[in-house]
Amino acid sequence: MAFNFIRTAVALAGLGLAATPALAESHGGFMPQNPECIAPANPGGGWDFTCRQVGKSLQDQGLIDSTMQVVNLAGGGGGVAFAEVVNKRGDENDLIVAASSATATRLAQGAFPGNSMDQVRWLASIGADYGVIAVAADSEVQTLPELLDQIKADPTSVSVAGGSAVGGWDHLKVLIAADAYGIDDVRSVKYIAFDGGGEAVTQLLAGSVQAFTGDISEAKGFVDSGDIRVIAVLAPERLPGDFADLPTAREQGVDAVGANWRGFYGPAGMSDEAYNGWVEKIATLYASDEWKEIMANNGLAPLDLQGAEFEAFVANSVKQIQDISREIGIIK
Amino acid sequence: MEIFSSLGDGFVIALTWQNLVLAILGCFLGTIMGALPGLGPSNGVAILIPLAFTLGLGPTPSMILLTSVYYGAMYGGRISSILLNIPGDEPAMMTCLDGYPMAQQGRAGEALSLSGVASFVGAFFATWGLIFLAPQLVKFALLFGPAEYFALFALAFATLGGVSSTNQAKSAFAAMLGLGLAVVGVDTQTGVPRLTFGEVHLYDGLDFLVAIVGLFALSEVFIFLEHRHGAADAEGKKIVIGRLTPSFSVLKACTPTMLRSSLLGFVAGVLPGAGASLGSFISYSMEKRLVDRKGTFGKGDPRGVAAPEAGNNAAAGGALVPMLALGVPGSGTTAVLLAVLLSLNITPGPLLFQNNPDVVWGLIAALFIANFILLAMNIPMVGLFTRVLMVPPRILMPVVAMVSFVGIYGISGSSFDLLVMIAFGVMGWVLRKLDVPLVPVILGTLLGNTMENNLRRAVTISNGDYGTLIDSPLSIGLWTVAIVGFVLPIFVGRVVKARMHARRDTEGSLSD
Repeated sequence: MAFNFIRTAVALAGLGLAATPALAESHGGFMPQNPECIAPANPGGGWDFTCRQVGKSLQDQGLIDSTMQVVNLAGGGGGVAFAEVVNKRGDENDLIVAASSATATRLAQGAFPGNSMDQVRWLASIGADYGVIAVAADSEVQTLPELLDQIKADPTSVSVAGGSAVGGWDHLKVLIAADAYGIDDVRSVKYIAFDGGGEAVTQLLAGSVQAFTGDISEAKGFVDSGDIRVIAVLAPERLPGDFADLPTAREQGVDAVGANWRGFYGPAGMSDEAYNGWVEKIATLYASDEWKEIMANNGLAPLDLQGAEFEAFVANSVKQIQDISREIGIIK
Repeated sequence: MEIFSSLGDGFVIALTWQNLVLAILGCFLGTIMGALPGLGPSNGVAILIPLAFTLGLGPTPSMILLTSVYYGAMYGGRISSILLNIPGDEPAMMTCLDGYPMAQQGRAGEALSLSGVASFVGAFFATWGLIFLAPQLVKFALLFGPAEYFALFALAFATLGGVSSTNQAKSAFAAMLGLGLAVVGVDTQTGVPRLTFGEVHLYDGLDFLVAIVGLFALSEVFIFLEHRHGAADAEGKKIVIGRLTPSFSVLKACTPTMLRSSLLGFVAGVLPGAGASLGSFISYSMEKRLVDRKGTFGKGDPRGVAAPEAGNNAAAGGALVPMLALGVPGSGTTAVLLAVLLSLNITPGPLLFQNNPDVVWGLIAALFIANFILLAMNIPMVGLFTRVLMVPPRILMPVVAMVSFVGIYGISGSSFDLLVMIAFGVMGWVLRKLDVPLVPVILGTLLGNTMENNLRRAVTISNGDYGTLIDSPLSIGLWTVAIVGFVLPIFVGRVVKARMHARRDTEGSLSD
């Protein structure tokens, strides 16, 4: 919420620590003087995490000299921040903004009035959070096809809970799976929107709903404790490490993949030097062992895309979401 | 017992010099941030995250610093409620109702120290609750499905009537207005924007902090401007602070209230999504129903100060339960703390107590220490805070206006919110002229969305069958209390009113 007046607050409180003057120039090329990351949501969410974690790691590794200032600019599901960057801060070099599949979803569905993806420059991804579909540990359902069969037979008997609004990414993931399984009228799938994945999992444990759709990072704690059972990971192949036991949707004959990627964009007027500088910094960070450990701890799967490659990936993802949304009647 | 040895280990961690200094620093900064209108606990914690990172603190010291800020802000919120009638944060809203009248009666010092004690009691019991009941409370929270949540919110609104005004119809109107304002924004159940007029800033709805600061603080400034020429009020009012410590008899009278409110507040805090505001709100209205036989609540009854303060501080402790045990934040501030834990590579959840016992027990020990520090810090400093009242309104009001604007701009960095705040200020001024209470408007705005969402979730899950709302013993129980709480005052009210009239006749006009 309150990061943009941090300097004032810090000065008032007499704690000149966060504003440590930049150390002597230590790297060649682009070095942001006042690096700033906009998290387009209140503290606590995924975007906030993206900004903070990347900011902290960039500084730890000496890729930026001064502390990354994280600004929480909530509103309109990221739309306020997007409009701010496009309209007011279009030529800043020190600014990056956290983004994810949710950003692409809203851009695809025209939920940022008057904005489109080519009004900003897409920098790089830092990993992906693959979607999961899970049931409570004591549920009779063991596999994804079993769940989808139940939905096919009687859509009203299964409530699926997720952390995003109707038409949001959590909702679309379960629709992608239903669509891939051959459920004709995907609109009949009963989706219940909660305020965040944590609340949705809690309601799964409480028995109010029968299934959960969300990101693997949201489910991890409950999988470890044995409270919920992941019946499908929406990844192209099994994930490494702790998650290797979890079956993919694909190996159960449901060709559904849904990744919530996380990454950054910058203002359209950013100089090429700055653009390349940021791309290179994030790429260096991504390649580091420290980042691999952070990814492993948080259930982030590899998604290593930078610069033009990332831009093309986002464009493709926007188009794919537009197609599904049109099919289910969210957009015309 | 195992719990005590773990707690002992926790104290060993928390009682190092570094951690003690951090706790004192956190308590002090938290109290200040809580006292400033607009800067609530979640902003306070968020502001200090970079400090924790810059100092290179490990997980436990970071959490000690930040939870001290959290508790400190919960303590601090009451100060401006009592002195200025402007809640420092949302949960402190209910403290205005009796705290400000007490200050006007020259009992500001008493109100402040009493509320400090109440905060301590609430937080103290909540911390014990956190230790002993965390695993069981998680199971309790799981009893609450959407239908039960809806019943809980209905209970809150049913007991609202007459909380803040003698005129039930105006109270009801204000609550409806608040519920209407809550509708603005993207509907999370269908993704359709409602009443946003294509304005992207309205997609997330109206921020209730903006609403609070506008309705309370700015309208106060407008009222002052209006009366400026006939400045008798501004110049001539002699302010008496009164004694700085509550008398033993007042403390004794408030003890049952504090204990009941601590329990209610703690339970409200444990429920994810209910939070401290609901805790202080339910505590106040329940206490009013239970002990307000003479109709003194709302006119400066010390119990009306003790109840919400014990309630909201207990809720702050309670909100840590689902955050630590489920990884589900029970309030906005715990959402921020959750984010901090995550960026320190600690995953809160069912396994946190096993995997990171040092963090959990160090944190709990730190909560105890912070609590004592806050009590010690708040009682002697009461005199300092009350000096604020000595500042003449012609200086105080511009400061209030400035703090409001800076505070709100600081939260969102958007000038649009400033316009919304001004609109709320004008609305607050009009409502005050019409003698419509402001608290129900805020409560409607604050709770309306969650209430609506839970109703719609419940009904969607049951395929449109409204019977689901009274399907479990828990929801039937909640509805019963709600109906009794709503109907009873209508019958009992007459008796009470008659008594009030009798009292007024004998004592003369006490109310202002």
